[in-house]
Amino acid sequence: MTYNFDFGAVLAYWPLLLEGVWTTLRLTLFATVFGILIGAFCAITRTDGPAGARWVVSLYVEFIRNTPLLVQSYFLIFGIASMGIRLPILLGATLALTVNIGAYTTEIVRAGIESIHRGQLEAATCLGLSRTQTYLHVIIRPALERVYPALSSQYVLLMLASSIVSSVGVEELFGISNRIQSETYRNFEIFVVLGIIYLLLAVVVRAGFTLLGLAMFPRRRRLGTPL
Amino acid sequence: MSPIVELKDVRKSFGDLEVLKGVTFDVNRGEVAAIIGQSGSGKSTALRCMDRLETIQGGSMLICGHELHDDDVDLKSLRRDVGIVFQSYNLFPHLTVAQNIMLAPRMVKGMKQRQAREIADTVIAKVGLREKMDCYPEQLSGGQQQRVAIARSLAMEPKLMLFDEVTSALDPQLTGEVLRVMEQLAADGMTMILVTHEMAFARKVADRVIYMRDGKVHEMGSSDILRTPATPELAAFVSESAEH
Repeated sequence: MTYNFDFGAVLAYWPLLLEGVWTTLRLTLFATVFGILIGAFCAITRTDGPAGARWVVSLYVEFIRNTPLLVQSYFLIFGIASMGIRLPILLGATLALTVNIGAYTTEIVRAGIESIHRGQLEAATCLGLSRTQTYLHVIIRPALERVYPALSSQYVLLMLASSIVSSVGVEELFGISNRIQSETYRNFEIFVVLGIIYLLLAVVVRAGFTLLGLAMFPRRRRLGTPL
Repeated sequence: MSPIVELKDVRKSFGDLEVLKGVTFDVNRGEVAAIIGQSGSGKSTALRCMDRLETIQGGSMLICGHELHDDDVDLKSLRRDVGIVFQSYNLFPHLTVAQNIMLAPRMVKGMKQRQAREIADTVIAKVGLREKMDCYPEQLSGGQQQRVAIARSLAMEPKLMLFDEVTSALDPQLTGEVLRVMEQLAADGMTMILVTHEMAFARKVADRVIYMRDGKVHEMGSSDILRTPATPELAAFVSESAEH
């Protein structure tokens, strides 16, 4: 068994790889921002919303969590296209990831909200805060703090899972690597390089969440204790 | 003296369980009323109804001019007039003492940061915890947390303060510091209704003692009724409490 390693042939494609990294990061960042917003909103709705809205959110969460991301992506890009609604591929893929992560975030944040003692809600109510003010200032931040480790893992997973949308034609990191592989036939090298890049990206996403956590939870920053 | 709290034949059930079976009493402005009684007698429920954390199902309840038996009662304005302190403090753990106190003045009364801070400085001085303004609740003892909770309520400048067994979760040493704050409040003329197990405190501070038993007011009067109860049930309750 003789194999001549040639990482140079793969690394020569670095501008393309960098482009892929950039697309993956953009996808992840967009899905993260909107995923957290959707998740927080749906979690509050599912805990304390009107019955109809609770039902709609449950349907959304269960549907997304019990179907493959691949199918969801195909549906958003090719499925609705046959009805005449043609989304640009990158937009469709971003939407698919956002809708997907939103559902998982809903469930995680809901667990956080349910862990907050009823007394917090009562105290805020008795001080005269409105429902919205109570959720915004009293409930949601401690809830997010409680589930923050689970949340950041889920978003690292999102970054890794974003490779799936290469199959609908998005030239993110994995899609680009496939192209490099078919041009160089350096299968071993490209996937080693790819693995290392994903690993580094995961470190970056985790670091991002750590920094965000420091900004969002000043109590934690000062005392270092769990809530 | 006009009553600021008027309960007439108040009824409340949880499912099949009737907890309040026609409760009637008044509290005048500036008075301190202590509600005492065994657990399960409905005293905490009665108190929670006064801030409409529970809705009553029968009778009438007038609190600071708000008719709580009316479905259209203006809750926002009720809660500006009534402050409540709970057994479990319920401070917001992610906010500092100052932020805990300033939240409602800013959100509900729309005060600017500086104005809210001035109020916070005033009320924290009343409970003697000026040096703890920038601490988080978990850095305080139970007694200190409860004093902050009192300050947080006072910041909204309520006309009536409700205290729901506020010392029941505290060690005897810490109970004293909270009771002293409440005593000072009473001396300042605050109208207060407290559900309590502290008989000595009730005897000393309360203008009116309400003994509840089985969802009704069983005996009511000045704090003298704790020395010379008219009913054998209150006599038994008082001597039982003295043993603890």
